[in-house]
Amino acid sequence: MFATLYFSFTKYDLLSPPRWVGLFNYRFMVHDPFFWQSVWNTVWLVVFGVPLQIIFAIAVAMVLTRPKRGVGIYRTIYFIPTMVPVVAATLGFVFMLNPQGPIDHILGLLHLPQPMWFDDPRFSKPGLLLLGFWGVGDTMIIFLAGLLDVPAQLHEAADLEGIGPWQRFRHITLPMISPVIFFALVTGVIDSFQYFTQGFIASGGRMSLGDPQGSLRFYGIWLYQQGFQYFHLGYAAAMAWVLFLVIMVCTLVLIRTSNRWVYYQGGFR
Amino acid sequence: MPPSVRRRRLLISVGNHSLAIAVAVVFITPFVFILFTALMASSQVLTGRFWPHPFEWRNFADAFSYAPLWSYTSNTVVYAVLSTIGTVASCIPVAYAFSRMHWRGRQVVFLIMLSTLMLPSQVTIVPLYTIFVRLGWIGSLKPLIVPAFFGDAFTIFLLRQFFLTIPEELTDAARVDGAGEFQIMTRVVMPLAKSGIMAVALFQFLYAWNDFFGPLLYTGNNPKIWTLAVGLGEYTTLHRSVLWNLQMAASVLFTLPVIVLFFFTQKVFIKGVTLTGVKG
Repeated sequence: MFATLYFSFTKYDLLSPPRWVGLFNYRFMVHDPFFWQSVWNTVWLVVFGVPLQIIFAIAVAMVLTRPKRGVGIYRTIYFIPTMVPVVAATLGFVFMLNPQGPIDHILGLLHLPQPMWFDDPRFSKPGLLLLGFWGVGDTMIIFLAGLLDVPAQLHEAADLEGIGPWQRFRHITLPMISPVIFFALVTGVIDSFQYFTQGFIASGGRMSLGDPQGSLRFYGIWLYQQGFQYFHLGYAAAMAWVLFLVIMVCTLVLIRTSNRWVYYQGGFR
Repeated sequence: MPPSVRRRRLLISVGNHSLAIAVAVVFITPFVFILFTALMASSQVLTGRFWPHPFEWRNFADAFSYAPLWSYTSNTVVYAVLSTIGTVASCIPVAYAFSRMHWRGRQVVFLIMLSTLMLPSQVTIVPLYTIFVRLGWIGSLKPLIVPAFFGDAFTIFLLRQFFLTIPEELTDAARVDGAGEFQIMTRVVMPLAKSGIMAVALFQFLYAWNDFFGPLLYTGNNPKIWTLAVGLGEYTTLHRSVLWNLQMAASVLFTLPVIVLFFFTQKVFIKGVTLTGVKG
């Protein structure tokens, strides 16, 4: 880790020993348009992807709390997509969302607009969001556990008082699962900042990274390109270190603000 | 039970199940599309026809000539199996030390180890890559396999939690009987922790099987040693005219062992996933 910090102050291309250049890499970063593009793309993913996926996970988990029997089958079905190797899943979605592919075909039949998905810079990231939704199973499982943990007395009391479903959700369910939301938020944010494989594959592989006009150039991908395609390892190290700091700051912010909105049932400390 | 109540209960149940089924359909649909495409002739692939007309089972065989799938598969198997062995072999003793042996600084070291879990992978790859270059291991599977023999924080954490559920009295009794630590570990703790160990082995196997970034980084320039993940990903780069049906077929083959493994080991898996809830 500290080695990375050291490398970030050098110019290093593997062939010759690292050359100390001080803050050059960092200054370059500030002026590098692709760097900022990668930041924007990644932040987009964090801001839109994480909350939406959490909401979807909670929704699906809630669906699972309803049926009385056969829940196991449904749960397995919702969970299996997470077992699919990321590469295969991404390839599958790139195919499915192909302009001539099944999804657009169905949309056409319904007279709905047919986006070009991964061929269109405006729709490539939403395409990845869909892929993310498909794989929400593992998050859903922990929310399911959280939902089932809500004390039955609270629900019974709500029934007695005749509280409507939305009120019940807002004042009982949400606070009770807020620790799980917190966990999912933190891990989701940390993971999203490191997003790599899906963006790599959806771009069409090594030769066309970033796909339609850099719309899929995420931070991790640009770092990879700089470090391992152009062999600017010092620059890549600088980017890595910045990423590390950003993630730490975000995590700390999340933890600090969590005191206000997370409710721990069993008491905390 | 009055019939009106019974009827109401039935309607609610039907409603719940319909909802669950609707959601299930959403989740299954991509599988269906992928599988069907894998079975189509290439002429039919991007047309509007949903049902594969001749069922081209030979696509699965053709996928092997389209790209060196056998080579990719064997590389993936080597990576997955060896790294699993390495992980299990190295993490069990460490987890044992963290849970059943008492030594000064145990907590501190454990916390330090845990904090490494929070590091984004990108932070360590530059120096790691450099080390592997110096060692001449780039272009082989060694950078992926050898570190597995040195332990991995997540696995150690999980195993430690699991070992902690084994009553201290058992290990104490064995100690009183004069058993050495190693014997206690192998004869007492390991048999009791079998399901935890299996879960961990399963996790590692799956991780290696699905791993893309690692093999890309260390073997990216040497197609001979590519794993399935990298090989499939590079289909699109190497063959500009993508044969979707074969690509989907290959993806299905890539996914199949994982699904099969999942069904056989479901119980183990779920138990492992909920393990971190065990009080430490």
